[in-house]
Amino acid sequence: MKPLLIARNLSRHFGGLKAVDMVDFSVDAGEVRAVIGPNGAGKTTLVSLLCGRIQPSSGVIGFNGQDITRMPAHLRVRAGIAYTFQITSIFPNLPVYDNIALAVQRTLADGRSRKALDASVRDAMLHVGLTERASTPAAALSYGHQRLLEIAMGLALHPRLLILDEPTQGLSDGEVKDFIKLVRTIRKEATILLIEHNMDVVMKLADRITVMDSGRILAEGSPRSIRANAKVQQAYLGTADA
Amino acid sequence: MNLGKQIFLHLLVIALLAGLEYLLPVYHQGVFARVMVLAVFAMGYNILFGYTGLLSLGHAMFFSAGLYGAGMTVYHLDWGLPLAFLTGIFCAAALSLLIGLLALRTTGVAFMIVTMMFAQVFFLATLYFGEWTRGDEGIVLPQATRLIEFSGLHFDFSNPVTRYYAALVLFAVVLFITLGIVRSRFGRVLVAIRENEERTRMLGYNVFANKLWALVISAGISGAAGAAYALLFGYVGSTFASVQYSILPLLWVLLGGASTTLGPLIGTVLMYYLVDFSSDVLARAVPDWNFSYLGVVGVALILLVLFFPKGILGTIRARWARWLP
Repeated sequence: MKPLLIARNLSRHFGGLKAVDMVDFSVDAGEVRAVIGPNGAGKTTLVSLLCGRIQPSSGVIGFNGQDITRMPAHLRVRAGIAYTFQITSIFPNLPVYDNIALAVQRTLADGRSRKALDASVRDAMLHVGLTERASTPAAALSYGHQRLLEIAMGLALHPRLLILDEPTQGLSDGEVKDFIKLVRTIRKEATILLIEHNMDVVMKLADRITVMDSGRILAEGSPRSIRANAKVQQAYLGTADA
Repeated sequence: MNLGKQIFLHLLVIALLAGLEYLLPVYHQGVFARVMVLAVFAMGYNILFGYTGLLSLGHAMFFSAGLYGAGMTVYHLDWGLPLAFLTGIFCAAALSLLIGLLALRTTGVAFMIVTMMFAQVFFLATLYFGEWTRGDEGIVLPQATRLIEFSGLHFDFSNPVTRYYAALVLFAVVLFITLGIVRSRFGRVLVAIRENEERTRMLGYNVFANKLWALVISAGISGAAGAAYALLFGYVGSTFASVQYSILPLLWVLLGGASTTLGPLIGTVLMYYLVDFSSDVLARAVPDWNFSYLGVVGVALILLVLFFPKGILGTIRARWARWLP
């Protein structure tokens, strides 16, 4: 497999804190990759560097054969990297329909047709099961539905790489189950990079797992090998594995 | 969705304004001509403040760029009115492009301060270049320059009726431009920037470019209002570049309802009469005190922000008519 995303010697320092420290990282096209690690390990900083929300102190990032290290965030989204925020980030005062339409209307090749826009928005709402709430203001949705809405917005961008930052945080058990099903349908269309604390979700979905600790990559491999890795157990799984 | 209802409502308002020309006494007819032009200014301000969520305290400079751009070309260069009007719009839009490139690097309070400082520079410049602008005293455009002769048609803008309809035409055109923008995909992106800028960026939108467009359109419309003001009322002076003309459109928009198409008109009408009326009452009640109408404006602004942040149409939309654009 050819890597879709590659980062070399990637660092980001906040003052004296090395949030991400000389990381080499790559994601293959088509895989579901989980990034795990204790709080403060640098997971969110890493994906923020990848999607361009923050600039690296050093290192290079390549996506789809192109150097994107200096590319502004909005152009990376256009190149195919979609990001869903750790803290739900939607348009609270706009209806569900408009939230998704904002994602769709940017990607439509046929920018003129109102019908095409409408059809794509309805598709996206159907995919995550929000069709009946099309005209509900996003702020009035339950927390679980807001997370789904944000995923729908990410999906509507038709990304090559979808970055999900702690998507199951705050969801009920039933919602987590639905989420796992949803990701299994999404993976047919996009490569997925998943930051997740819920080990059950990680073990069920990930093809490979990257473990971070103190800004560095501690281990990387299949779920089975990560589970068996003594270093990982010591740093992280020992306390969290169910 | 709702397009028919929205167009009907806007046409109704325009028809109502046309009808008022017959019904109103001369004094109020003059007030309404002025108010319609100022409402255009407020509609321009509303694009940036109401829809895009950028609070500028410098729109006096765009209004007066239109005012001077049109007035000075007529006065000094003797250009015809149509060309002078377009020059006014161009001056405001070009100025806003330049200032936007700098000021839009800031947000929130910093944006307010930066725009206000630029507007003060513009205001002082109108005084400094008094040789051409005639500063405080201003330029009075002679009646002979405020005419359009057009293939047998003859418009004299010092005539109150002609003036009224010219103001109404400008108002109607800008009203429908605003409605078009609000309903367009571009309008939806502007609202998205207001609601959640970071999310908008992470949907792949160039936030800076969209804000810059919003500013240029907003300033262009404000400039059109300024240009019309100069040509219809025949006076160009630096008062219009002073800070109060940056605060007034904010007040009109807040009173009528930010991010509503018709709010600016309602806010401008009510505020105009409130100031007019309260000045009379206060002068009669306490004749020894020398009240400034700016005091009334200030109190109204504070009360609105504290107790009535959605304004008149914003409240109506929230409670009863969600389809209002």
